[in-house]
Amino acid sequence: MTQYEAVIGLEVHVELKTKTKIFCSCSTEFGKAPNSHVCPVCLGLPGVLPVLNKKVVEFGIRTGLALHADINRRNKFDRKNYYYPDLSKNFQTSQFDQPICEHGALTIDLENGEKKVIGITRAHMEEDAGKLVHNGNTISVSSGSLVDYNRVGVPLLEIVSEPDMRSAEEAKAYVDELKKIIQYIDVSDCKMEEGSLRVDANVSVRPIGQIDFGTRTETKNMNSFKALQRAIDYEIARQIETIESGGTIVQETRTWDDERGMTLSMRSKEEAHDYRYFPEPDLAPIVISEEWIEEVRRQLPELPQSRRSRLVLEDGLSLYDATVITDTLAMADFYDRVRMGIDDAKSIANLLMGDLSKSLNELGSSVDESNIDPAHVIELIRLMYDGTISGKIAKQVIPEMLKTGDMPKKIVEEKGLVQMSDEGALEAIVLSVLQENPQSVEDYKNGKDKAVGFLVGQVMKATKGKANPGLVNKLLKEKLSLN
Amino acid sequence: MSISKKDVEHVALLARLALTEEEKVLYTEELNAVLGFMDTLNQLDTSEIEPTTHVLDIKNVFRDDEVAPSMDPSQVVINAPAKKGNQFRVPKIM
Ligand SMILES: [Zn+2]
Repeated sequence: MTQYEAVIGLEVHVELKTKTKIFCSCSTEFGKAPNSHVCPVCLGLPGVLPVLNKKVVEFGIRTGLALHADINRRNKFDRKNYYYPDLSKNFQTSQFDQPICEHGALTIDLENGEKKVIGITRAHMEEDAGKLVHNGNTISVSSGSLVDYNRVGVPLLEIVSEPDMRSAEEAKAYVDELKKIIQYIDVSDCKMEEGSLRVDANVSVRPIGQIDFGTRTETKNMNSFKALQRAIDYEIARQIETIESGGTIVQETRTWDDERGMTLSMRSKEEAHDYRYFPEPDLAPIVISEEWIEEVRRQLPELPQSRRSRLVLEDGLSLYDATVITDTLAMADFYDRVRMGIDDAKSIANLLMGDLSKSLNELGSSVDESNIDPAHVIELIRLMYDGTISGKIAKQVIPEMLKTGDMPKKIVEEKGLVQMSDEGALEAIVLSVLQENPQSVEDYKNGKDKAVGFLVGQVMKATKGKANPGLVNKLLKEKLSLN
Repeated sequence: MSISKKDVEHVALLARLALTEEEKVLYTEELNAVLGFMDTLNQLDTSEIEPTTHVLDIKNVFRDDEVAPSMDPSQVVINAPAKKGNQFRVPKIM
């Protein structure tokens, strides 16, 4: 039986986080009343003159640099002509033969621990289109769709990969890494569910060993990572099945139906795409200077891949821990700043990924939006180091610290959470617990080590969780062996 | 380079023009005449000349990213042949 491999390339659209649209001063704010963020430029009325938002170019350069791409010193806009009422001009202003970025690359971590470089063909600036609501089943309204042009002109960057991916997992890893990079450099929110990151997948299959690509399809409308993976897996299976049963793959656009779990042909009456691109005469060419590029480069943060490597190689964290810590720039920066005060990467990682993240999640907050600074966590870890509090008490301090913004020391003192390490006082409590639980003492003597756990619990209960656990264990074992 | 009647039909479809048979024949002739003129222009040697992307010698015309008021939504649809509320109504496409 023939073995097949998939060939996958992705086109990712990200909505840029500018305040205004790409060619006019209308707001890009989401979710407003229909046609309330619209002006003559958005509508393409005769005589209007679009003017490019400088921030869009800056974001384009920033993205290009983060993706190790060449920035085209000279680039321009073109008109992509098509008839569809999502743009009233009958064309989309985009970039055709001179995009702002070309020849980039991004590295993904594969499940088996290896790394793979995925090429990026190009990234270009363009405007988003409006929204059509295909409405109603009743005869009176079914004759038409309603059009809201608020989204027209929201700046997009379309990032096109090389056909370098071979599985849905690799495609997911690519989008995941791209999303992280874009979020690190703060040019887009990348919310797939809200449409600020949209992925189209070009998928084909070929017998393993064959050099030529098979015929590809383009799948759209995947609104989550899960949908992306399912759609690609479905498309690979569908194409192999079609070929195996003697059919041929038609080059076409397909749409992912998440409920039915399948891709469907979007065959339209329209002849094959013929966008008749030509240079946009209303926009001046863009010439990007070395100085501008260097200025943007200086503002780039350290990127996820490099941070992960640093945390693994220099701090000795596992790749898993390093990946979790560097998932967001805010957490990665927070870690670095705590790390400056505490020379124990693993303890910091455990605290940040464990109790702190748990409490943040419960509050629906994140480390950058919270009440606390790295100084809070540094002080908290030091309190654990010097034995003032136990890890158990830290669990009580963290939510309080997030709620009030108070320093851990203050919380520990005010709430009387200081760990009990007075050996004499603890000894008295241990003795009374042993006296009250003769059955457990008996069990211990009969070789049931579990009994110790129960007794520790009783001492903790008697001290309201404040007893130093190490000391309690030590004292209990001493007394039990004397008995 | 010459244009066939099939090319004219294709361009007419893309431009949503309904042409009669006579018009198709006429436009095939006329477009070929235009392209013939292009051939004349193409005789010039332009290998040393940068392609023109803009008629004026300008570059980098930018705006700062600052919000200005948009139109009143009722004004947006004021000339629309069909509307509902402040939205345009267009014929069913798909
Ligand atoms: Zn506008």
